[in-house]
Amino acid sequence: MVVNNVKLVPNRFTTLVSAATATAAVIGLSIAAVNSQGSTVKIDGSSTVYPITEKIAEGFQKSTGTKVTVGISGTGGGFKKFCAGDTDISNASRPILKKEMDACRAKGISYIELPVAYDALTVVVNPANNWATNLTPAELKKIWEPGSTVKNWREVRSGFPNQPMTLFGPGADSGTFDYFTEAINGKSKASRKDFTASEDDNVLVQGVSRDKGALGYFGLAYYEANKSRLKAVKVNNVAPTPQNVINGSYTPLSRPIFIYVNSKSAKKPEVKRFVDYYMKNASNAVKSVKYVPLPANAYGEIAKRFNAGKTGTIFGGEEAVGLKIDDLITRELKN
Amino acid sequence: MAQAELPQKGMTQLHANVSQRQLISASFAILGLLVIFIVLVVLLALVVSLFIQGAPCLTWQFFTSFPSSNPEEAGILAAWVGSLLVMLVTMIIAIPLGVAAGIYLEEYASQNWLSALIEINVTNLAGVPSIVYGLLALGFFNQTLGLGESILTAGLTLGLLILPIVIVTTREALRAIPSLLREAAYALGASKWQMIWDHILPYSFGSILTGIIIGMSRAIGETAPLITIGALTFIAFLPPSPIQAEFPFISLEWLKAPFTVMPIQMFNWVSRPEQEFQVNAAAAGVILIFMTLALNGLAIYLRYRFRKGIKW
Repeated sequence: MVVNNVKLVPNRFTTLVSAATATAAVIGLSIAAVNSQGSTVKIDGSSTVYPITEKIAEGFQKSTGTKVTVGISGTGGGFKKFCAGDTDISNASRPILKKEMDACRAKGISYIELPVAYDALTVVVNPANNWATNLTPAELKKIWEPGSTVKNWREVRSGFPNQPMTLFGPGADSGTFDYFTEAINGKSKASRKDFTASEDDNVLVQGVSRDKGALGYFGLAYYEANKSRLKAVKVNNVAPTPQNVINGSYTPLSRPIFIYVNSKSAKKPEVKRFVDYYMKNASNAVKSVKYVPLPANAYGEIAKRFNAGKTGTIFGGEEAVGLKIDDLITRELKN
Repeated sequence: MAQAELPQKGMTQLHANVSQRQLISASFAILGLLVIFIVLVVLLALVVSLFIQGAPCLTWQFFTSFPSSNPEEAGILAAWVGSLLVMLVTMIIAIPLGVAAGIYLEEYASQNWLSALIEINVTNLAGVPSIVYGLLALGFFNQTLGLGESILTAGLTLGLLILPIVIVTTREALRAIPSLLREAAYALGASKWQMIWDHILPYSFGSILTGIIIGMSRAIGETAPLITIGALTFIAFLPPSPIQAEFPFISLEWLKAPFTVMPIQMFNWVSRPEQEFQVNAAAAGVILIFMTLALNGLAIYLRYRFRKGIKW
């Protein structure tokens, strides 16, 4: 047993410590002191609203230098932080629910509800599917309702070919899932369970584009980005297009999406400036991420609501299906 | 005649038996080789295809840009800086605690029910899913201690996550040192601490280091616990610099800063509808793989260096 060339231990630890210090120094030097001014606007919540808010946050930070952070913890997770007072603004792909309203009230947090865009849930099939160009909500219900045993396209409508059907949809934590089940099956989260579920919509896109008998649903943006691989189905003979969403004919699958602003935070100058900037630039930002913007005057009306500091929700803690844009502005706010 | 035939028959049978076993043995070796080959090919194919997909994105600008809604402008500056800083905190937490705990459990603790209990717990903790650590951290570090959604919280969480790995490998490294060495040190009048510090630790340092770095390369790829404690997705500024121009020159403000890390940035890009973002995601994946490979390479090199000086 020979032990040689083993240096003293302290040396080795010194080396390690100095290596760590050196790393720290390098990091320190490589980071220019970028942040010097102001406090941060903190935003969290839905992944559906995220692209819009990100676009706005990016532009706002570039033009004003105010720091903005945006997280993705889902609509529910976002409200949890919002009602604990951790965030200034919460992204939400559905209205605030009763239990979240209670949580906010318990912490003395009031909020201003601002619709920022519309999303059209799009029912898609494989491009090779030449029979299903139009489906009615009743047929969709027959396919998706809890306990449904539809396994073949010919069971959906007589005249459809004998083609096995595979189903794709978002996972149960998704706001899209909540809204679709509410709109089609009449009850939020009530759905058949034997379908391929994924929180990542790109997985659904892949699945539908590879299977001739596939049917799936997700937000319009994912269809718009993958038009060559998918075919959108009309619902009640109405195609999911921005025009049809704005004029209210694409129903019941179009839904508004929101940001909720903490009314205490709204008094902070940087948050106020951010929301003003949001309302001014929402239309372009929404278009560029392939969602459906509200009409120009609607953003004006919503900005007025913000500036007047009107708190509360027009939904009273319940999901509402098929709301028109006018309803969003004119309906009474409830705290 | 029958007597002569019997051993003859026995011998042929034996030969047949032996060659049959050799055949089985050889075919198992081939099977093993084949399996390794398949695994390597699949792994290589994945890495290469990721590299090819991400190659157009791997520019200097990609490293120095913040996330953006425009795929061409988007970069990983916030993500890699965040990853490095979180790793730094993780290291500072996990190494001293883990190694010290390993030394205590292996060299000092007496064999009673308490140390048995600790041992079972540590081994079990090594197998707990990482999301559980995230939930624990959310409740304890984030809310009870009020550390918020900061680099410090993330570093502490990942530190906890890899602590069992560090403890277990430290113990194994110490156990591998022959007890003859301990006795020899005692025989020369060394105290227990001198024996550990001057002999056991240096000899086992290579293996301990391997454990630490395996832990670190696990931590660098973790997403779930960090999402739970509130890592951000869009963040277009860096934490305050630890080195300041004015007195006292060192600032710990960065510990409280919000952050994002590489795997979260990558996950965000993968789930975007635009195809262009998939290229960014692939590029981020390539960099993440190289970060992990570099860590593992470092581990192998250090182990080699430390073991070279020791001949049993």
